[in-house]
Amino acid sequence: MKKREEKTTRQSGTTTVSGMKRRSFVKLLGGGIFIFFQPWNVLDLLALPQQQQRRSLTRDYNAFLHIAEDGTISCYTGKIEMGQGIITSLAMMMADELNVPFEKVKMVMGDTELCPYDAGTWGSQSTQTFGPAMRAAAAEAKAVLLDMASSQLGVPVSRLEVKDGIVADSSDPKKSVSYASLAKGKKLEKYLDVKPGSEEYTKFTNVGKPYKRVDSIEKVTGRAKYTGDLKIPGMVFARILRPPSHGAKMKSVDVSGAEKISGVQVVRDGDLIAVISENKDKADEAIVKIKAEYDFIEMAVNDKTVFDWMVKAESRSNVAREGGDLEAGKKQSDRIFESEYHDPYVAHAAIETHTALAQMENGKMNIWASTQSPFGLQDAIVNELKMTRETVRVRTPFLGGGFGGKAAYQQGVEAARLAKLTGKPVMLVWTRDEEFFYDTFHTANVIRVNSGIDKLGMITFWDYHVWFAGTRGSETIYDVPNFRTTSYSENRSAFQVHPFGTGPWRAPNNNSNTFAREVQIDIMASAAGIDPLDFRLKNLKDEKMIACLKSVADKFGYKPARTPGNRGIGIACGHDAGTWVAEIAEVKVDTSTGKVQVVRIAASQDMGQCVNPEGALIQMEGCISMALGYTLSEEVHFEGGNILDRGFDTYQIPKLSWLPRIDCVILDRMDKPPKGGGEPAIIAVGAAVANAIYDATGARLYRTPMTPERVLEAIKKI
Amino acid sequence: MEEPISFTLNGRKTELRTDPNQTLIWVLRNQLGLTGTKWGCGTGFCGACTVLINFEPVRSCQVPVSDIAGKTVITIEGLEKKGKLHPVQQAFVDHDALQCGFCTPGMILTAVALLKKNPSPTRMEIIEGLDENLCRCTAHVRIVEAVIDAANEMKGGK
Repeated sequence: MKKREEKTTRQSGTTTVSGMKRRSFVKLLGGGIFIFFQPWNVLDLLALPQQQQRRSLTRDYNAFLHIAEDGTISCYTGKIEMGQGIITSLAMMMADELNVPFEKVKMVMGDTELCPYDAGTWGSQSTQTFGPAMRAAAAEAKAVLLDMASSQLGVPVSRLEVKDGIVADSSDPKKSVSYASLAKGKKLEKYLDVKPGSEEYTKFTNVGKPYKRVDSIEKVTGRAKYTGDLKIPGMVFARILRPPSHGAKMKSVDVSGAEKISGVQVVRDGDLIAVISENKDKADEAIVKIKAEYDFIEMAVNDKTVFDWMVKAESRSNVAREGGDLEAGKKQSDRIFESEYHDPYVAHAAIETHTALAQMENGKMNIWASTQSPFGLQDAIVNELKMTRETVRVRTPFLGGGFGGKAAYQQGVEAARLAKLTGKPVMLVWTRDEEFFYDTFHTANVIRVNSGIDKLGMITFWDYHVWFAGTRGSETIYDVPNFRTTSYSENRSAFQVHPFGTGPWRAPNNNSNTFAREVQIDIMASAAGIDPLDFRLKNLKDEKMIACLKSVADKFGYKPARTPGNRGIGIACGHDAGTWVAEIAEVKVDTSTGKVQVVRIAASQDMGQCVNPEGALIQMEGCISMALGYTLSEEVHFEGGNILDRGFDTYQIPKLSWLPRIDCVILDRMDKPPKGGGEPAIIAVGAAVANAIYDATGARLYRTPMTPERVLEAIKKI
Repeated sequence: MEEPISFTLNGRKTELRTDPNQTLIWVLRNQLGLTGTKWGCGTGFCGACTVLINFEPVRSCQVPVSDIAGKTVITIEGLEKKGKLHPVQQAFVDHDALQCGFCTPGMILTAVALLKKNPSPTRMEIIEGLDENLCRCTAHVRIVEAVIDAANEMKGGK
């Protein structure tokens, strides 16, 4: 806790204004009514990566609404759209609050010049923390508009009604005025201290109804613009010389081969060696002609030894939570179970690779980039190129997937450097090889659990140790009297654990923690001879978890049985981003090959108020299908700093043929605040499948992915 | 070393002077401005760059532009007819069969080719036909449903 206080103090001393000053927005956008508001609270900010904390949020606002003179309502936010659908759900919330047609609402996202500062789009935060603030701002905007209408029409506010952006006297509907005409010729600025939770949910016209994506027509016709689709006159494509492995140091380089290719220019600036050409194929041809020699200072670790390496690493340990008395718990135990769980590095592997277009013009750097963190990229360029924030503008066209991987923005800095060096607009599209090489992987981790049950099958103690996965999702969740969670994290000054970059991956590390916990629970249930659903319900007091489990059992048509029971059915549950989720998987295991086919997954989730049931359902289905990757196949192989998987040939992501039947339930909690939807349903699939494999075969899997070899190995151990 | 090349692109006779060794995808994207064809891996594994050459789905990152001389090429931009979406496009919209949308053009074109060959595919045939097109957002459920619907629509409509 002490650390947090220090950070708070440091922040309150800063008074930086993000990107552009408020006045400039107003000037840039012309007339109308502006409502400035502040969707973040300080605790959310403290949860950010340190690098991001350097820029404090401005105290006055960090998003705003604009009611333009033509009646268009725009929301300017630094958040970005990467497929998760907030471009639709946020607009729905705003349309509801202002009583305007959904089509009248426009989201302007991820532009460092037009939008106020936002730390980044991740952590399933957009709808839950940003949404309510935006709703309150819209309510404030409506109040301002009603006041204006009241004086213009000479009718008290209490008698006014709004429908489709028209304010009318309820007793004389002919007396009316539109938002557009109210905003006309005005330049009004209002500031809002957010008090979320304004409109009664029963009055919503949009929220709670399924809405299709607003961007799908653009996307099915090829008109949607992603960063790589942009073109500026004189634009060149760049390729950068890359080391063969992390930690390789260049000894010598010969670029003459590349220089001989017509239409290609070699660019050198210290460590940066690149080729540029207007012809993409020429750039690709030239880069491989550069001959370089390297010294290798490799770390002595690979994908097989990494787990041992992690446990032995000099790390920082921290007791995240504890209660009761572990020793007393052990004494009360009838049986004690000690297990170790392993999880490898996993890649983000968005189909769009990291891409950026940079153009230096009249002292100003314009960047378009596929990043989840436009303001982070802006700061990185400011630092790297010694520029000011006012002279660096980052824009984010549609992203071709992010999943946390595009919280990193190295490609944007590289493109900016090259644009500055060459004076040309530079398009940098990372190759698939670069995408794997520089990915900030989901970190490998080790989890050890020591736990016990008494004669009645009640959990007596829970001693949980997690190396390098952090504590997201490490809550015991069950009602255990004696517990402790110890987390070991990297102490970089003493020992570098990872040979390459790591970072957030959809529901960061909750997958790992939920896997370990829920397999351990299954082990105990089986040993106690109790059906795994009953065992969970018996040991739970958490009402939300109980409701999700009962509802998913109902959806699945679950019949209680002891495991293993030759059925291939497994259960797991947990929570993430404020959302509770329970899942049941059914698998078929080919015991001769070890191949697992997931036949069916049912899921039930409590996400509070569900803003867009269609969008939320898509996110659940996406989470479940994507989870099959970390569950069955995805693992980054490496030797020291050399990444061995560099493409989809060896790194296998879920394909259509893996698709199970998916049945989802979203519990009706319209009276509760909205919670995260983009990540939670991914967390429990691994454990549900592992438990289903056990039920089918009696083979216990302690690590992901559960490849055919590992399943066979586990079957042999029975 | 540019050479003239002529082919039919999205229903129109097209003549072009270009380096014949360039890959088709970069000629489409960079020279012809047809950026709906997406670059995802450059090695033919992901399928985002799929276009139809003589109605066969082909990975345009693997084809030198010289290969298409005299042939018919259809990209995602060529599916819409007189402002009306192709039934497969419409079905993707109706089913929300996409998220980030980056694999979508390749996925739709592969499905269009599949339905041309086999107007009444089974669910398994659809899955097999689209299995080599990767979608990381995993809109899988909806993609399959959309193609089933499009097949029905096309049988009834044409």
